[in-house]
Amino acid sequence: MHKQIFESYQPLDRSSLIPLLQDVQNIYGYLPENALRDISDFVGVPLSRVYGVATFYNQFRLTPLGKNIIRVCRGTACHVKNSANILYALESELGIKAGETTRDKQFTIEVVNCIGACSIAPVILVNDDYHGRITVKDIPKILKKYQTTTSAAKKSEKAEVAE
Amino acid sequence: MVQLTINGIKVNAEEGMTILDAAKSVGISIPTLCHMKNLFPSGACRICSVEVEGFRGLTPACAYPVSDGMVVETDSPRVRRARKTIVELLVENHPQDCLICVRNKNCELQDLSERYGVREHRYVGETKSHAIDISSASMERDPAKCILCGRCVRACHEVQKIGAIDFTKRGFASIVTTPYNKGLNVSDCILCGQCILVCPTAALREKSSVKEVASALYDRKKYCIAQVAPAVRASIGEEYNMPLGTDVTGLIVTGLRRLGFKKVFDTNFAADLTIMEEASELIHRIQNGGALPMFTSCCPGWVKYAEMNSPEILDHISTCKSPHEMEGAVLKTYYAKKMGIDPKDIYVVSIMPCTVKKYESARPELKEEVLPDVDAVLTTRELVRFFKIAGIDFNDLPESEFDNPLGESTGAAAIFGTSGGVMEAALRTAYWKLTGKELDKLEFEQIRGMEGVKEATVNINGMDINIAVVNGIGNVKQIIEQVKSGKSKHHFIEVMACPGGCINGGGQPIHQKPEKVMKRIKVLYQIDENAKHRRSHENESVKTLYREFFGEPNSHKAHEILHTKYFDKKKILNN
Repeated sequence: MHKQIFESYQPLDRSSLIPLLQDVQNIYGYLPENALRDISDFVGVPLSRVYGVATFYNQFRLTPLGKNIIRVCRGTACHVKNSANILYALESELGIKAGETTRDKQFTIEVVNCIGACSIAPVILVNDDYHGRITVKDIPKILKKYQTTTSAAKKSEKAEVAE
Repeated sequence: MVQLTINGIKVNAEEGMTILDAAKSVGISIPTLCHMKNLFPSGACRICSVEVEGFRGLTPACAYPVSDGMVVETDSPRVRRARKTIVELLVENHPQDCLICVRNKNCELQDLSERYGVREHRYVGETKSHAIDISSASMERDPAKCILCGRCVRACHEVQKIGAIDFTKRGFASIVTTPYNKGLNVSDCILCGQCILVCPTAALREKSSVKEVASALYDRKKYCIAQVAPAVRASIGEEYNMPLGTDVTGLIVTGLRRLGFKKVFDTNFAADLTIMEEASELIHRIQNGGALPMFTSCCPGWVKYAEMNSPEILDHISTCKSPHEMEGAVLKTYYAKKMGIDPKDIYVVSIMPCTVKKYESARPELKEEVLPDVDAVLTTRELVRFFKIAGIDFNDLPESEFDNPLGESTGAAAIFGTSGGVMEAALRTAYWKLTGKELDKLEFEQIRGMEGVKEATVNINGMDINIAVVNGIGNVKQIIEQVKSGKSKHHFIEVMACPGGCINGGGQPIHQKPEKVMKRIKVLYQIDENAKHRRSHENESVKTLYREFFGEPNSHKAHEILHTKYFDKKKILNN
């Protein structure tokens, strides 16, 4: 299904590599391996270079996202308010590291530099909801709230089609 | 012309020249790591930093052009300090195992560390750790030893135009690797080894077979036979401080005998045999409307490339096995029978300038009745190490001759090691086969030399035969496109994956002297010129072989033993 995107690009034009990667990621929520191969053929750039670009930029993901995306702010204000502990607590609660997705595909943890909500530091963003002034103790409660909801389900459905 | 001052010396330089080249012209050596001659400067490593009067920071000499009145200091305290710091940082994030490293004493990082007097560990911190990629049959990749200079990446992308490896991730996590870090065996890599030749450290190296060859030599039941490729005799002397371009055939033969090989044969014999088969195949194709143009099949890197990228042209590739496989096949059939040796006991070791030959010898279809034609392949570099272990003082060896009958060869076989050589040898024999006469002038100057694609037309018996010679696998794409679209006017195309041919193969001695290729090529042409016979069909032992065993070229028996087949490997790669 990502091949439709190629229609709006000139083939064998190296400069369209990054826009193409962005467009394909918009469909699936990540960059599947077969899509990278197709992009490599279309742009005429070796797969190794396409993979190199995809791993160089933080904006690109090579694994599918979970249903719920938890963005942990590690900006200066949150850092001062001990966001390291919040991250650590989330990681141990879910059994994954930042950047990874739980095995049941429910949660993905991402670290971000600042989400512009310093007044309520430390803050985490779950999908589109801000949770501010949280403590380690609040974390199980927050996670529980999302385990049953399907607010990000659309994204993961798209990802499943890709596989 | 511009005039500048480097270290107080007045230098006249051409416009557009880099500071690096201008300094070199007056005998000032500026160290480099990421720099590659003839490629666009990358300026990544900063080891060539120099001080230019009026500039705020240090300037990379490899990338900055000279200008009139420029005043450059290449060895000021500031420059030295900067370079030393760069080396210290590289050394600190590099395994400290020089004593047991295969590139010990031939390592650019080691040389730089010595040059800038690094004597202590000033920076202590996290060091990278990566697994070694041993997935391929020919090569090992050890990213922990990589200093990220990018030379292998550029050799792969810009010289060979394959692009199997590249920089991935960023910052401290940066690593040069294959897509998805999956291993060379499932990448686009053709195992040509050009990356090994440019690697400053041991991050890229061949997969060593010295151990298994050594144990075969100690096995009393085994009848060990060595064969030597043409390109090895023109290069191995470099490892023993002999001048570039020294022919050391006789010394290699003696050395191999001392290692314990019962017989030492010449791959050149099989090169003559290849020509008999390949020239006959070409004539057969031309006369019977077979797939044309026909490609040569001596280079396993090229064959691997075609199988992975253009399976639709596989029937254009000559079905002849490569010379060392032919030699092995003849040894385990004809020779075994003649000498009354059980083929199972024969252990054939090829000494090759090539890394792909290791992969080739492991190909399942190249096994005669479940016996491999060739049991092990040693590169030129491995042989040097083997000689060292065995205490063989190469420089002081007496010369000796190859054993017979598989040691006799003509001048046509010797030039197999260089780009254009297979073609030239095939033309000499094809001319004779088609006309019954001998060529007056044996040298085909148009197809000699280093140019990527060389073309010529030869008139034989009133028929124009169009030929092309390709060296450097990056140049083959255009030729393949012509064949695919049916626009190719050629009859016969020779392809060698390495720039310059086998003489510059991935298994050859490592040093960055640009004149090495031409000097080595000269040796082979010299051998050809001085040879008693210069046409493959004049090889008496080959004639005997046909009389006693194969009958004639392309006979049924010859097809069974000397020919092979190719497979579409595109699908394997994409899954």
